[in-house]
Amino acid sequence: MNNPEKQPGLTTLPGGLEPVAVGRRLFLRYSGAFVAGSALLAACKNEENPITVSPSPTMVDLGSGDIGILNYAYALEQLEAAFYTQVMTTPYGGMSDAERTILTDIRDHEIIHREFFKAAIPAANRIADLTPNFSAINFADRTSVLNTAKTFEDLGVSAYNGAGNLLKDVNLLLLAGKIVSVEARHAAVIRDLLNPKSADFAGDDVVTPANGLDVVRKPVQVLPAAQPFVRNTISGANLPTV
Amino acid sequence: MNLLNIISKIEELDVEAADKYSFYSRRNLIKFGQKALTAAAVPTLFAATANQAFAQAGPSQAAVDVLNFALTLEYLEDEYYRLALNTANLIPAADRTVIAQISKHEVAHVVLLRGALGAAAVAKPTFKFGDSFSTYQKFLGLAQALEDTGVRAYKGQAGSLINDKSILQVALQIHSVEARHAAQIRRMNGAKGWIGTAGNAPAAVYAGEEATMQATIDLVALTGKSAAAVAEAFDEPLTKAQVLAIAGTYIA
Repeated sequence: MNNPEKQPGLTTLPGGLEPVAVGRRLFLRYSGAFVAGSALLAACKNEENPITVSPSPTMVDLGSGDIGILNYAYALEQLEAAFYTQVMTTPYGGMSDAERTILTDIRDHEIIHREFFKAAIPAANRIADLTPNFSAINFADRTSVLNTAKTFEDLGVSAYNGAGNLLKDVNLLLLAGKIVSVEARHAAVIRDLLNPKSADFAGDDVVTPANGLDVVRKPVQVLPAAQPFVRNTISGANLPTV
Repeated sequence: MNLLNIISKIEELDVEAADKYSFYSRRNLIKFGQKALTAAAVPTLFAATANQAFAQAGPSQAAVDVLNFALTLEYLEDEYYRLALNTANLIPAADRTVIAQISKHEVAHVVLLRGALGAAAVAKPTFKFGDSFSTYQKFLGLAQALEDTGVRAYKGQAGSLINDKSILQVALQIHSVEARHAAQIRRMNGAKGWIGTAGNAPAAVYAGEEATMQATIDLVALTGKSAAAVAEAFDEPLTKAQVLAIAGTYIA
């Protein structure tokens, strides 16, 4: 079989699948608590046995074309929905009524977005349900929760802003537009909860003062930022780039 | 003056292509920059964005039309906040930071769009805001309508830019900023940051926002969530004609 060491930057999967463009170290780090990694390494040691293990279920390839972009959005929405569901399952101490209303609303919006993509993407092309990794978040702490929410919302806004011109179908472009402005509303509200009546709702850290433009990120920038919050390794290697 | 007339007049303009697509120029920026914007304050990022957006063969006529439509709305918002900030005893001290931040962005949007359009840029109309500055509540009410309309207007034009990829991206980057503004103004105005099914007035600004079907999927049936939550989760577009009918009210 191919020796991964001879293909720096690529990890070859068993079963004749295309290599995915993740670093080997990153792949091993995120490959399902070393289970898949161990299986691969074990397989590599045995030259006699053909590889029979199926691709690790923890690997997720978003796919290509417009469907790939839909899966990309679906992945981000899964992440957000899981986060806010956890926030409202174990609310931090001292959560005010106003905060409870806002965070419940946002949770429901993200669940609706997730379910929309799940219904809209053909099952044969749709990515699996992701397993989140929220181990770095202290759900008992308001600041930890709201700062994570801010990160997710700003990341989502920038991701949709960057995905718009990767779409070919004008109807999908409109749908993405319908969602991104809601994510921007979320971002503004979360930011105002953290720093009320300040300029932070559309702060200079996200809206460039000289041109008034919000942050834009392409998948190659968004996925590494989202990866630490997901146990599955997500590959956007086949997503459109122009 | 009717906004539709302004737009159609732009379309009739017979300008030299070189002038029409002179795009961003430092002179334009200085000429049209307002407030504290000076040549020295214009960072290279702005230049890079504008130049990148209008490089290659130049924008399509459809894109020029969209940009002038957008510019007209930005003129409107820019003037609205500037007049409000200059009206004594209107904006409470505690809220001035927010309003000034929004105003700063509207100024920047006007400069960006004017710079991009160059000689093809529509002139600023004369606006009339009636008694909107007579009380803070009235000011917030129209600010909310303008911001939510702005979000819907950009959204409605995205499809027209699908062949002008760089301009589409810039338009989306303005679109989400308007949504941030809208959410903040709405909450200061006593509303939720998102648009649901209740209290959506004036009707023309919120027509269609109650939608619960997306791409033929009934999201209430699918998710079991309320119609209000589903409506909140998706913002809806307005057509150019719908937007111009709203904005025309404020054109002298």
